[in-house]
Amino acid sequence: MELVFSQILDGLSIGSVLLLAATGLAIVFGLMGVINLAHGEFMMLGAYVTFVIQNMFRPLGASVFELYYLVALVASFVVTALVGVLLERTLIRRLYGRPLETLLATWGVSLILIQFVRSVSLAMVLGIGVTALLGWLAKRFMPSSLKEASFSSYLGGAVWAVAGLLGIFSINIFASFGRFFSNPWFGPRNIDVTAPKWLQGSWGSIGGIELPGIRIFIIVLSALLLAAVAWFLTKSVWGVRIRSVTQNREMSNCLGIPTDSVDSITFGIGSGLAGVAGCAITLLGSVGPNLGASYIVSCFMVIVLGGVGNLVGTVIASMMLGIIQSIIGSGSLLIAFPDMPEGLRAVTEFFATTSMSLVLVFIFIIAFLQFKPTGMFPQKGRSVDA
Amino acid sequence: MTACGGGDTAGGDFDGEIKVGILHSLSGTMAISETTLKEVEEMAIKEINDAGGVKIDDKSYKITYVSEDGASDWPTFAEKSQKLIDADKVAVVFGGWTSASRKAMLPVYEAKDHFLFYPIQYEGQECSKNIFYTGAVPNQQAEPAVDWLFEKFADKYGKKVYLVGSDYVYPRTANTIIKEQVKSLGGVTVGEDYIPLGNTEVAPIIAKIKKEFPDGGIIINTLNGDSNVALFKQFKAAGITPDKYPIMSFSIAEEEIRQIGPDYVGGTYAAWNYFMSLGTEAANNFNEAFIAMYGDDRVTNDPMESAYNMVYLWKAAVEKAGTYEDLDAVRDTLIGIKLDAPQGPIEMYPNHHISQTVRIGEAKADGQFEILWDSKTPVAPITWNQYVPETKGYACDWTLDRPDAGKFKM
Repeated sequence: MELVFSQILDGLSIGSVLLLAATGLAIVFGLMGVINLAHGEFMMLGAYVTFVIQNMFRPLGASVFELYYLVALVASFVVTALVGVLLERTLIRRLYGRPLETLLATWGVSLILIQFVRSVSLAMVLGIGVTALLGWLAKRFMPSSLKEASFSSYLGGAVWAVAGLLGIFSINIFASFGRFFSNPWFGPRNIDVTAPKWLQGSWGSIGGIELPGIRIFIIVLSALLLAAVAWFLTKSVWGVRIRSVTQNREMSNCLGIPTDSVDSITFGIGSGLAGVAGCAITLLGSVGPNLGASYIVSCFMVIVLGGVGNLVGTVIASMMLGIIQSIIGSGSLLIAFPDMPEGLRAVTEFFATTSMSLVLVFIFIIAFLQFKPTGMFPQKGRSVDA
Repeated sequence: MTACGGGDTAGGDFDGEIKVGILHSLSGTMAISETTLKEVEEMAIKEINDAGGVKIDDKSYKITYVSEDGASDWPTFAEKSQKLIDADKVAVVFGGWTSASRKAMLPVYEAKDHFLFYPIQYEGQECSKNIFYTGAVPNQQAEPAVDWLFEKFADKYGKKVYLVGSDYVYPRTANTIIKEQVKSLGGVTVGEDYIPLGNTEVAPIIAKIKKEFPDGGIIINTLNGDSNVALFKQFKAAGITPDKYPIMSFSIAEEEIRQIGPDYVGGTYAAWNYFMSLGTEAANNFNEAFIAMYGDDRVTNDPMESAYNMVYLWKAAVEKAGTYEDLDAVRDTLIGIKLDAPQGPIEMYPNHHISQTVRIGEAKADGQFEILWDSKTPVAPITWNQYVPETKGYACDWTLDRPDAGKFKM
């Protein structure tokens, strides 16, 4: 009994990490159909926001520091949501209905974000500012005769290229001012995010089973977030609008729903949730520029298994994967069934390591999708037929 | 991708220049670690040049270097080695970190009968005529550490160990050796688990450890990189803390403590030949020189010390041999070269590895190690492991004139 309970707890906690990471993608990929390969990097941004908040709280004394994590949860949502909205307005918006281009463009964005946190410094921020300012000024003060010329779009590109070059040049100038300007804020190395004391250790035990604080916290957090998302999508005005745009964009538009804003908000929320997931992951693992890469595949895996566009499917798929991984990986089948036949025993032992249990999970998913190619809970309705 | 340089162009009168090669990953996943080696090698070269260069027969030569990027890609290491040897005509190459990169480079240096220095602690079981290894082999790191663990904790927890490692060549080979050693010491390896590189989910391993060691036990950790962070954060949450579970790590140095966070690794043990907190005059000079050059927020560690030593070992051999062009002569002279390194005295042995002092430290809240034990005298390197049945009784001695000098039955 104790064994079963502790295995389920472990499985739930692995599953809730997957769920937390996949909820944002379920909205962006599931509802909007945008294949966002930068999703993992939004998680990474959330983790870095947590790092910044932690460092801001450090000088405030030990008792206030204990609360930093709650602030970081909110801040990581807000910051990544804003970055998401910015990305949607500038890039994703131009690529709707072109999944391959979206895939490549968001992959490019993910590379840019990784390199950005590696090398961002005061000089670089100022340089980007110079580029933006020059580009804006050139657009603002360009003679209207040029603006209407046939080559104006090329001219616009050329102006930004020149502004970019001047920006790079100014980065070098700023960097020469001294270490204060040129020192990267985060650098390419992993950074240390330390959880507040109340989250670090164990929260006691029930019937001999240890309750790790962070695990319980993540299970609760993912349940709360899921409830909030479900409430938002079904009960709030914007949620209803989002769903109507998902189902029929033209008709929604005709009925006066501002589809542009709906797109921005949906993408922003999806990104913000990724940020919260990143914040939560700082409790479990390492924080570095490459953090996103280890989660993006599992996120897509969960969504495809659960059925695109379905939150219930996402929940069940992530919990299922979590429990399979924990039961197989920890070898508890061997304890539960001590008198297995020899051949079966050898097979179970073979898969009872971390690497092999992951392999088994992949085999399971491939086999499952052979029978149900659209996942556990395929979406029904007009948009599927269209 | 080529960066040429060699410190300041001023720096006194030289009668000539010696070109050397530096080959580390400056991009890709290994860049984080390997760039520190490049920095410390540049520092050693600059120090030598500032002190008048390499002196051969009353003439002084300035060291210049060509740095190439191995890009964390093993075939690239072989390719760039070829380029350094053929196109740049370097006198020696300092390079590598992962065992995979060394295995990729080895055939190049053997085919061209050239000359490589490799600075990282590794699994041993290799002895090339053309490679000099300045990192520890298992009998200079892992084996004394296991002995120490049993001596200190066997009364309390019994001679039982649980092995956790990353899923690639070094942890698997190192653990093979540790298992043999544990067996010969009368102990048992109760569990062994490997995590894929970059994976951060360790809940199943924690469940297994708790099953084997409900009341505490000895854990030996050969994880690399990111997985360490996940391991220590989740260990702490699950109540696997150093007071009940002594953990010995072979890949956690000062830099890693900073990245994982001292709150999580504090109280665990590490075995190295060099710790930044060593406190001897030589060590302090090395630390201060590095900080002066690269900033006071930086730390030094064992791999960096090894990388620093190899430049000085090569210089001493060139000066003693009186030539840098006759590679055979330099290699022959290198054997027996002694050096007062930051870690203490070291000596190049006939098996192309160096003798090193073994130390065990405990990670502290300030991000440094407190040294709990050391081997007092340098430990001679054993390349072919004597615990592993396949290589028991074999040795390597390049001073012998026999075709199988790299691996022969003693």
